[in-house]
Amino acid sequence: MPSYLFWLFATVMLIGGAAVIAFRNPVSSALSVVTCFVGLAGLFIGLSAFFVGVIQILVYTGAVMVLFLFIIMLLDLKDEEKRAKGIAPLAAGVGLVIAFVVQLIGVLSRTPNKSAPALNQETLAAAAGHFPVGEKIATSLTAGRLPDVQLIGHTLFTQYNLPLQILGVLLLVATIGVVALSKKQAE
Amino acid sequence: MAVIKLQRPKLNFGEKIYFGALIKGFFLTMTHAVKSLRGKSAGADSLASSGLGVTMQFPEQRWDEHLPEYYRGAPTLVTDEQGRERCVSCQLCEFICPPKAIKITPGEIPSDDPWAKVEKRPKEFDIDMIRCIYCGMCEEVCPEQAIFLRKDYLITGLKRADMVHDKDKLYQIGGVRTGLVNKWNELK
Amino acid sequence: MPDLIQIAIILVKIVALTFLVVLPLVPISVYFERRFSAVIQDRVGPNRVGIPLSLFGFKKDFHFFGLIQPMADGLKLFLKEDFTPAHVRKTFYWLAPVLTVAPALITVCVIPFGSPITIFGHTEKLVIADLDIGPLFVFAVSSLTVYGITLAGWSSNSKFPFIGGVRSTAQMISYEIALGLSIIPVLMFFGELNLGKIVQYQADNGWLLLPLWKNGHFSLPDPQTALFWIPAAISFVIFTISIFAETNRMPFDLPECETELVGGYHTEYSSMKFALFFMGEYAAMVIGSALIVTLFLGGWSVGFTADKWIQGLHIGGFHFGGLIHLTAFVGKLVVFILFFILVRWTVPRFRYDQLMKLGWVIFFEAALINVFLAALILAAPHLTIAILGIGTVLLVVVTAAVIWVAKVSEESPKILRA
Repeated sequence: MPSYLFWLFATVMLIGGAAVIAFRNPVSSALSVVTCFVGLAGLFIGLSAFFVGVIQILVYTGAVMVLFLFIIMLLDLKDEEKRAKGIAPLAAGVGLVIAFVVQLIGVLSRTPNKSAPALNQETLAAAAGHFPVGEKIATSLTAGRLPDVQLIGHTLFTQYNLPLQILGVLLLVATIGVVALSKKQAE
Repeated sequence: MAVIKLQRPKLNFGEKIYFGALIKGFFLTMTHAVKSLRGKSAGADSLASSGLGVTMQFPEQRWDEHLPEYYRGAPTLVTDEQGRERCVSCQLCEFICPPKAIKITPGEIPSDDPWAKVEKRPKEFDIDMIRCIYCGMCEEVCPEQAIFLRKDYLITGLKRADMVHDKDKLYQIGGVRTGLVNKWNELK
Repeated sequence: MPDLIQIAIILVKIVALTFLVVLPLVPISVYFERRFSAVIQDRVGPNRVGIPLSLFGFKKDFHFFGLIQPMADGLKLFLKEDFTPAHVRKTFYWLAPVLTVAPALITVCVIPFGSPITIFGHTEKLVIADLDIGPLFVFAVSSLTVYGITLAGWSSNSKFPFIGGVRSTAQMISYEIALGLSIIPVLMFFGELNLGKIVQYQADNGWLLLPLWKNGHFSLPDPQTALFWIPAAISFVIFTISIFAETNRMPFDLPECETELVGGYHTEYSSMKFALFFMGEYAAMVIGSALIVTLFLGGWSVGFTADKWIQGLHIGGFHFGGLIHLTAFVGKLVVFILFFILVRWTVPRFRYDQLMKLGWVIFFEAALINVFLAALILAAPHLTIAILGIGTVLLVVVTAAVIWVAKVSEESPKILRA
């Protein structure tokens, strides 16, 4: 990714993130989160992780945040706007931020500065050896394309098959639980 | 008050899955579309349309010969067979006109006129066609049968002033109407 | 320097494909909407607006079936007063129309419009961005249109737009699930998310819904492909109907139904802002049809083994087959848009609970079963008969269960007593 695109999307993200807490109106805040997510998706796509970037938009921006917005609009929260700015929450927020930054610096300073291999023809072709010859992943890797969707699928269904199934069951349980709870309330 | 309980019709399986009705609907709309495109819409003849639908395409196809006898077009003033004004400016039409479209300035007939016996005729007679609602009350109320609704329906103008029909215009549209009217009877 | 040329080529593609192919389709579909609906209802429709040659001293005006009518409509909307009611939330009120149109136009960039064109040895694909995640990208970006409608409803600060916006949100989220699940069998069949490659495969081996040739020769499909026709057809039906719901078209145009909500989410809008909503709706319809055509009906391919020959056509170094394919694609698109319009004027509007039940109870389950069915057919081609038997039993059982659930969950109407 050209560095100017990184800075562009990073700025979009940061502005969005700052706007979330700066706005008093809940709807504005929700839309700022959306902006932040779009910037994040841009960063993912810039890192050649097309699938993750698109899923970021599809799931978080297109579904989760829409539901948030939906609820906010239905509740019509007004007292948030009227509330006076107290010094205590502000101080707590700043403290949290400082703590997080200190932690981040601590972690990053100890991490060896290892740059990821460039995604060019040679490295991709070299990686093709890990996959069975003649399959889609291997052929597109030797052709110099990164088949990120297929790679994610391959990883999920070979290395992490059991966790994936367990996750699916977990989600199913949550879904059924929601239905059961809402049904009980309706009666 | 009587309460009528409506029973929803029991649908059988075919009606419930809805697809049959959809296909029937597609056939219906497509039949209409194809008939229209072939210029054979149902009822196109009786309505004298072009056949592309039953709509009459106005400037080329006119309604004129299909207008019924009782059609209420623009209100006009009429003269009798000898060219005399029938209106005696009694102002009944001005009084009854619901949108107050009629404005009459009454005038006297000078004594040297051969029809001085009638005494009054309108000096000014304006009908504002922007206001007129073509209700026909003026025609109904007129004791002298001087105002008639004719079949003119193309009342257009570029200015507001154009849309006010004055006396000349009204007589021009109205024309001559024959028939007995009592006030011209010499013997009366 | 090569970078600049690359950027210039991309710009030309964006301008040509978005502004010369897709955007003109919007007024054309508006025109078709009016004329076709008129013909269905035994009317004439707009057939007068043309080039007024009689103003310049010619004898007759040039009507050309009123094709200029959409331009006149656009001009009217453009010149109208842009009225902003006093009670709206200004920022979001201004933002909403943009958020409806922009995503619809962004999705254009992954649609393959034709086979590659070669000029003087330089091959250029007729797609703006040849992404490897085509359909997902379209879903992701078009899921953003819901923000425009929701914000329009909320920021108008009046009850009817608000109800419209809320309805649209619920409807679009519900149908996105059916939409996403329904094309999984298709993607499994192609094993590919690149729309360009999907279309190329269909051009060589037969369209998904018309697999009548293989490797450029007419032949009956092998049993697996023939069997796959069933899940493909189910996918097609679910996907098409979900696209209707996603684009807020009749019979699912509940966010803007006139009888209940005045104008729905765009009640408080006028002039060009309203026109943007209007354009967004039709642009979404065009993109939806483009996606359906690309996935199920062979995209730009003319079909019937003619594609190879067309791709080979050239004058000197200029292979112009791609332009013929572009025409074929637009032709298919227009046919599908006509189908959209036919549906609009045939099928009456659904009630909201019927819409939700259709999305959640029927399409969701059907799409899920369809995924299993397709996976079975693809994974175990030697067990065809067994699969068919098991599949039928499964289908019957699950359908019965779904119907039973729908019946049970349907509350019997309570009798109100005074």
